[in-house]
Amino acid sequence: MREINVTELVETIKKLCIESCIGLNEDVCGFIKRAMEKEESPLGREILKQLLKNEKIAREEHIPICQDTGMVTVFLEVGQDVHLTGGDIREAIQEGVRRGYKEGFLRKSVCDPLSRKNTGDNTPAIIHFEIVPGDKLKITVMPKGAGSENMSRATVFPPAAGIEGIEDFVFKTVEKAAVNTCSPLIVGVGIGGGLDKAASLAKEALLRPLGQKAADPTLAELEERWLNKINNFGFGPLGLGGRVTCLAVHIATYPCHIASLPVAVNIQCHAHRLKEVII
Amino acid sequence: MTQIKYVKTPLSEDVVMELKAGEHVLLTGTIYTARDAAHKKLVELIERKEPLPIPLKGQIIYYVGPTPAPPRRPIGAAGPTTSSRLDPYTPKLLSAGLKGMIGKGKRGKEVIEAIKKYKAIYFVTIGGAGALLSKCVLKSKVVAYPELGPEAIYELEVKDFPLFVANDTKGNDLYEIGRKQYEIKD
Repeated sequence: MREINVTELVETIKKLCIESCIGLNEDVCGFIKRAMEKEESPLGREILKQLLKNEKIAREEHIPICQDTGMVTVFLEVGQDVHLTGGDIREAIQEGVRRGYKEGFLRKSVCDPLSRKNTGDNTPAIIHFEIVPGDKLKITVMPKGAGSENMSRATVFPPAAGIEGIEDFVFKTVEKAAVNTCSPLIVGVGIGGGLDKAASLAKEALLRPLGQKAADPTLAELEERWLNKINNFGFGPLGLGGRVTCLAVHIATYPCHIASLPVAVNIQCHAHRLKEVII
Repeated sequence: MTQIKYVKTPLSEDVVMELKAGEHVLLTGTIYTARDAAHKKLVELIERKEPLPIPLKGQIIYYVGPTPAPPRRPIGAAGPTTSSRLDPYTPKLLSAGLKGMIGKGKRGKEVIEAIKKYKAIYFVTIGGAGALLSKCVLKSKVVAYPELGPEAIYELEVKDFPLFVANDTKGNDLYEIGRKQYEIKD
């Protein structure tokens, strides 16, 4: 049994919060660069150019890419041979987020849902635990802004809705998002399970690196088809017209009840902030 | 890209009337920030006919909630937030003299009508480019509702702040014009 002291995680979480807010991963920058080549609209190209410049300034000057430094979701994959010691892991994670948002000069955007009173330190983060084989601990930190999360949707269809019903729901969700959320978008789609599972799958689909297709060839083909369809809508960067509305569509599925067809769409903006570490 | 227009605040009606959807503008001068909570307070004051904490006549409101300013910087990341959330409050502010708004995303019908009626202008700036845009802010100070934190009203001094005209006084909408040009129908 490998022992990991949870107090060691505080600094790690803090660092991941700060780093994810001030720099994009290479896959995202690479996709924005490629989008510039595909984009036919001069205004769209100019916007994409400015986004890359923004990322460079953020990284070099340690200033957040986007002022909405989001609410944090922490995904934890805990190896079943790991023994967590030294305290409550949940509290260690929240302390890491607390320190990251204070020391990193990040915006505190978390409040009580009804009174709307700000918690003042961007906690609590949303935490997803998964127990996996092995003796490692994988931590993924994803700060996500409301501009994209507000345009995400979930529903449960009857099975008769079929693939056409799913497509219609995905495209309608994207059409609304494309002129409100900061496009080009990354679209995560979760199909199956229950309503909760579909919503989780949709968000988890965003964790997959850009350029990596779904392992299932049927899903990979759907991803490609939906991406082309969305880009033919003409919304373009920031929705101001153009060829590149979406950078990637990621689909994840799970078996569901014979009588139901849950579907969720998680919309992500171009400021796709995500950092992970394996301990 | 169209030619760049240089615009200064406060906005005169003549300048606003000349702006057309799709034009690229670099803005210099004083602007005010306000988000959901501040809008609610401003509209309540207008309805009660009470004095406002900021001038509205000829002014521009920027929909932004910046990150805290790190040492030796006037402001943190300062990109636009989604404008449609402010749609319910906007016609009231325009009726009270507000001339311009900066945000991101498409506006609702009532707002587009009010922009026409009150001869105002809606600019969009680059959503998700908070670091880049912060470089155009020379000074910032809280002028109202400090208790709202990032949602307080700040007075910003900006120089060559990059904008695109989204809705003009003629009722044009860049979101409609842009999409039509690039849509490919099956």
